Amino acid sequence: MQVFPCPFCGPRDETEFHYLGEPKARPEPADAVSDETWAEYLYFNANPKGANREIWLHLTCMESFAMTRDTATHAVVGSEPLRVAP
Amino acid sequence: MTAFRLPEGGAVDRGQIFAFTFDGMPYSGFSGDSIASAMLANGVRVVGRSFKFRRPRGIWGAWIEEPNAIVNVTRSGRTTPNLRATTEALENDLAVRPVNAWPTAAQDRAALVDKLSAFMPSGFYYKTFLWPRWETFEPAIRAMAGLGIIDPDHRPPADNPHFNARCDVLVVGGGPAGLAAAAAAAGGGEVVLLIEDHADVGGQLVHRGGTIEGGEWRGWAASVRAAIELAGGRVMTSTTAYGVYDHNLVCAWERRVGRPDALWRVRPKRIVVAAGAIERPLVVPDNDRPGVMSADAALVYLRRFGVMVGRRIIVATNNDAAYPVAEALAEAGAEVAIFDARADSLPTKLDVWRDSEIEGVVGSSGVEGVRIAGQTRPADALLLSGGWTPTVHLYAQARGKLRYDEALAALVPGAEIDGVTVAGAANGAFTLDEALRQGHAAGGGRGVAPNAPAGGYRIAAHWPRPDAAGRRWIDFQSDVTLGDVALAGREGYVSVEHLKRYTTLGMATDQGKTANVNGLAAMAALTGRTIDETGTTTYRPPFVAVPMTVVGGRRRGALINPLKRLPLEPEHRADGAQLREYGGWLRPAWYGTDDPERTIQREAARARESVALFDGSSLGKIEIIGPDAARLADFNSYNRLSSLQPGKIRYGFLLSETGVVFDDGVTLRLADDRFLVSCSSGHTEAVVLRLELWRQDRFDPRRLVVHDTTAHWATLTVTGPRARDLLAALDLGVALDDASLPHMAFATGAFEGGPLRVARVSFTGDRSYELSVPARRARTLRARIVEKLPEFGGGLLGLEGLMILRAEKGYVVVGKDTDGTTMPHDLGVTGPREQRRDEYIGKRSLFTPAAEDKMRKQLVGLSVPRGEAPLPTGAHVVEGAGKARRSLGYVTSSAMSPTLGLPVALGLVEAGFARAGETVGVYHLGEERRASIAPAVALDPEGTRLHA
Repeated sequence: MQVFPCPFCGPRDETEFHYLGEPKARPEPADAVSDETWAEYLYFNANPKGANREIWLHLTCMESFAMTRDTATHAVVGSEPLRVAP
Repeated sequence: MTAFRLPEGGAVDRGQIFAFTFDGMPYSGFSGDSIASAMLANGVRVVGRSFKFRRPRGIWGAWIEEPNAIVNVTRSGRTTPNLRATTEALENDLAVRPVNAWPTAAQDRAALVDKLSAFMPSGFYYKTFLWPRWETFEPAIRAMAGLGIIDPDHRPPADNPHFNARCDVLVVGGGPAGLAAAAAAAGGGEVVLLIEDHADVGGQLVHRGGTIEGGEWRGWAASVRAAIELAGGRVMTSTTAYGVYDHNLVCAWERRVGRPDALWRVRPKRIVVAAGAIERPLVVPDNDRPGVMSADAALVYLRRFGVMVGRRIIVATNNDAAYPVAEALAEAGAEVAIFDARADSLPTKLDVWRDSEIEGVVGSSGVEGVRIAGQTRPADALLLSGGWTPTVHLYAQARGKLRYDEALAALVPGAEIDGVTVAGAANGAFTLDEALRQGHAAGGGRGVAPNAPAGGYRIAAHWPRPDAAGRRWIDFQSDVTLGDVALAGREGYVSVEHLKRYTTLGMATDQGKTANVNGLAAMAALTGRTIDETGTTTYRPPFVAVPMTVVGGRRRGALINPLKRLPLEPEHRADGAQLREYGGWLRPAWYGTDDPERTIQREAARARESVALFDGSSLGKIEIIGPDAARLADFNSYNRLSSLQPGKIRYGFLLSETGVVFDDGVTLRLADDRFLVSCSSGHTEAVVLRLELWRQDRFDPRRLVVHDTTAHWATLTVTGPRARDLLAALDLGVALDDASLPHMAFATGAFEGGPLRVARVSFTGDRSYELSVPARRARTLRARIVEKLPEFGGGLLGLEGLMILRAEKGYVVVGKDTDGTTMPHDLGVTGPREQRRDEYIGKRSLFTPAAEDKMRKQLVGLSVPRGEAPLPTGAHVVEGAGKARRSLGYVTSSAMSPTLGLPVALGLVEAGFARAGETVGVYHLGEERRASIAPAVALDPEGTRLHA
């Protein structure tokens, strides 16, 4: 069982989190996006061996955040909110 | 002669005598005995049969390393299979049986198998039972293979608790190193959790003794215990730390007396592994004879249990650790000789044979003599000491890498890993003073390490030579010999992982605790590599077999995946509801105990004829609130929602980004800045997640709130031609005329001082009203509706009847009538795809070449002649015949329509829209029927019933 740091709630068991994916910009508008670009958005991920920045949702506070995690060792490098307070 | 109990000595309570049986023979032992020590004390030599060759086997070890004494234990009529006799405490009235022998261990009918052993090398089963098929032989082989037999009537209660614990330092092992580590850490004010798998602390000190801080070790151990507790820590005995998982979570199994065993999940800041070491055998010929035992184990039986393993004992060794064993046994009265494989032995008064090479063990069902230098020396026990193997499992599980230490002839921990320190015998410190020093350092090293007289330990590696003569066992339990390892090498197996799986070396229930190092050393010699180059197999939890009851804890049966329950479940039950699971919810399937099929037909027919009530409370009710609510609702949905007027309702789909239909349902616009998304019962959590994701990712989250109110409301749906009449009779204070409340609109009112929402939506095709009230007021509302039902000829409707009604209308259930490829235009809903200029989830995917393929599967009706049975759900829709038969899709829903008096069905069929009117085959279990492609809507295609 891994322990993930929610930037808002602190360290919690991994079962409290939902993986949303790697950060990606959604290509738009639809009629200006090629099939290839769209397929890349849908299906292609970097998934490196090593540190990877991922978007997660903490299910108990419902806030999404970015977490950098080593995909080989499962070591958590750190996490941060996706936006700063205005 | 065999093993026997000494008149005194050991930590057993000779005043408390326990009776037990082994293989049906009555024996007795003492409180404090293990099953194994009691069997030895009674002179039992053969305790089981080996797995493959059915050779007689005796007790090898004294604890978790035991490969042979695997037994079924029956207590109070309940049998637990595959327990190690060495770790189970003796109790009164136990019935013990070997797992792998019939009728008894001593006289096993399958023992002849061993005579055929020359024809059963590694991979024998793979190589032999190929023709005609493995399955032909499998039942007979399985009957002879396997270990204990599970008693299917034994359903232990789900009462094992799981506990979570935190500490500064988790010390695994309560031997000298573990105690020293705990003392140092506790002395520095750290909270220590010390876990020891025996019932008492001390480790090797218990049977080997020792002087620490100038006195008998027990005094020092007691002071350490007190220091741990003073600093807020705890000592847990009879507890095994069996696994290290991600981020150094440690799981431990606590065996409790008089209470169910417990599982502990410990999150320490750091871990000290001081788990000791296990003695491995020397790989001499016939080393599996009953009466051949680990030298260290023999000392355990002497000191802990007052049991002598023999009267004429030969101790064969390649290291110093066997000498104290030999001397203790001699002092207790045995005739002892030492066969040392080395040229230089320790000084001793005993008879020592140097440079000795054992040539064989005489005695097929028990040691009678040992052959050496061409002669047979009589003996009734042969003790083997091949050196210590550090118990590095937890370190290795935590991805620590081992290195081979030549001087110690052992694999020891290599580089430090984060948060895990290894100390004592587990780290190659095989003397007391060095173990104390290492433990003290691992615990933080504050102050001076506990003092003990300087010790010494020497070993000459005596690894098995692959070409050595005789049958030399490496893995007792899996029946793997040195010859098997050599054969695997000749057949080209180089990796230890492959060697393990091909020969089954280390794959038995003891996981090779005594076997693996000898096996990989043989492999190294065979392939001309060093032991480091050969490497080890991967260490994975658990360290010992942990009962599944402990792992499962209280989450068994209905608690494995708890169902969601309706607020009105007690009322449904009182009305005779048969409850079934639908999308994670327990819902009424039908009512009453009559024939289910007839009941369901009757409920559906009555709903069409008059009026029916069903519980729609499980439908999702997610509110989108805020100034940007319409923007999020639009983006989330295939159908535009911003154009919806407050008070109105729209049906539509949610797509995934791949364009596939993800969910369907209606959305109510409660106000300009407020929508209510009523998704399907099983998809609510997923819809909330995607709304949250896009709310935070795409919009200004300060201008939007997503709020799941599903559990707050109960929804009772009244459907049928008399629905409005029934509602009018309830006198709810809501205008029900079609001008005030048309189809796809809602009204609000009050019910018993709380809010009431009346929504005109229909999943039956008839005029329907969904009445939603706060869950706590639903009982009264339901009671009032149920009271009125008979007046209008109405009744209750369960989910099964509802499924017939919606199938007649071609209304889809997403995930049943759609699959992972279905897009909205495959369901005939093309408007938004053609008209919407703005972005929505999944939009781009609707315009790919695959999405525009003319041969996509589309949802159609399938009609069969009156009088035929309904089509089987899941049957293939086919064209052609025989070998040219080709699947076009499949039947997704099927039912007998009581209203139409004939079967109705829906199916996903390749280019289904273009096939309207075509006759196709429907193939199922070897039979083919004919059906014609029809509109999905079988009943009331004009939709007049919605307004009737």
